[in-house]
Amino acid sequence: MSKASSPTTTKISSFMLMIIFIVLALSLTAIILAINAWYTPGQELTAGYLLLIGVLGVAMSTYILFQTKKRMLRLKIEAPSITTTIECRKCDFKSIREFQRGDYIFKEVEPCQKCNVNMLITAIYREVKERKRERFPF
Amino acid sequence: MNELATTTALQNQLLQEPFGEYSWILNILFYAIFIVFIFYGQRIQMYIMLREVEGSLYKLRYIKDEGRKTAIETIKEIGKPQADPTARVDRFLEYFTISPQSLDPAGVVWKLEHILDVRDTRFKDEVKLMAPAADETQANNLENTLEAAMALNYIYKIIRHFYLLGKKTLSLYIIMQIQMILPLVMREAEAYASALKAFAYGQPIGDGAGALVAAKLMHGNEIRKIPKDCVVATVPIEGRTAHVIKAEGPGGNVGKIGEAVKIIIEENEGKIATIIMVDAALKLEGEVVGEVAEGVGAAIGGPGVDQFKIEESILKYRIPVNAVIIKEDIGDAVSPMRKEILDATDKAIERIKQVILERTKEGDRVIIAGAGNTIGISP
Repeated sequence: MSKASSPTTTKISSFMLMIIFIVLALSLTAIILAINAWYTPGQELTAGYLLLIGVLGVAMSTYILFQTKKRMLRLKIEAPSITTTIECRKCDFKSIREFQRGDYIFKEVEPCQKCNVNMLITAIYREVKERKRERFPF
Repeated sequence: MNELATTTALQNQLLQEPFGEYSWILNILFYAIFIVFIFYGQRIQMYIMLREVEGSLYKLRYIKDEGRKTAIETIKEIGKPQADPTARVDRFLEYFTISPQSLDPAGVVWKLEHILDVRDTRFKDEVKLMAPAADETQANNLENTLEAAMALNYIYKIIRHFYLLGKKTLSLYIIMQIQMILPLVMREAEAYASALKAFAYGQPIGDGAGALVAAKLMHGNEIRKIPKDCVVATVPIEGRTAHVIKAEGPGGNVGKIGEAVKIIIEENEGKIATIIMVDAALKLEGEVVGEVAEGVGAAIGGPGVDQFKIEESILKYRIPVNAVIIKEDIGDAVSPMRKEILDATDKAIERIKQVILERTKEGDRVIIAGAGNTIGISP
């Protein structure tokens, strides 16, 4: 029930991955060159430029990589976990279990373990874990 | 002018120093990019938008295919059809309903009601043919599953239409309008996607909050069926007699609450002190899920036929109508019921009792109508 269905369209394109990794490699090379240039007298400005290019390249490629991964995750349809609450009308015994097909609210189910009276489904719900709220002044 | 000269000089200096004799290449590149953006900026922006729509379209196609798959699997599992239902499901997904002509609006509600009745009968017949072994509850759930799959199919087709039209015409305005409403469309599609499983398994959904309130009130009392697809129970509340109405469950069903309210009013010859309607309502961003609010008017969704009927009936006998709503967003309304909404039903019952005490006298008769889809909620 709570499994996410496996999608068929969640692959990252290999061409896209290749470009990202080439940009990443070139950016890292630029950073290494920048370090070399920094220790060469009179090449400080070149080092600065190379460092800028390198850092920008690394930032861009990692951002795109994470975005693609995020998009891939978003493609999954999550089936939430559903809880069924069963109560005994006589002794107020309460039991909670995972939802089973055929359950509905106010359905009489198995007898109570304590008093042998048929129990009743009183609630079927899903619990949502709220993400940390962004702080708005309103 | 001086500032421009200084900027150009600084830029030339910055470009020339590190790259020496090859700096002219960078200069040309700089001007080329500048010119390209002047002439093709809008087109580039358009391609970015198209790419965004394309990404969402992939997702919509995936959701739509999942919907179709879920519907077919559920039919096979529950309905035990002798032949493969795939072709019939595919045909069902393409069904459409033409709304009545409203050039002369007099009587349009009755025409709309008739069209909706025909649609409902047709859907029920189709489901019976697809799933001969399904009982009434399962058939209602299957009908709801198919309707959700149908909605997803329709959303996908509309977005694809505008995407392809935008690509063909390269009109910024066609692409822009679809790109702008895309976040809302995606939210709705995701809501329907989560509704699919809920309908297939017969789980109560957020929209059923009103029906659950009514079910809790009528539980333990004698229940009788009234047209169409509704149930009513006479419940003593705070010394008053309450006729509690809801759609008949536990199968996916919204009933004809408007018709049911009309029948109960006529049965009591209009001697009803007040009508209290309970329903789930869309919340605004910033409002809390499960918040209970109170007001006046017929709180009922759908195409408007039921609201119209209730308003007609209350006008005839001048019956005041109060509304208690439970707030939730579109995603919560069609996905399995959240705990906050379930808890809010008890708060709504308290509010109903408060309204009864404040607005009616002892011995009065009241109608409490819980609107919404009663899937997973009995009776």
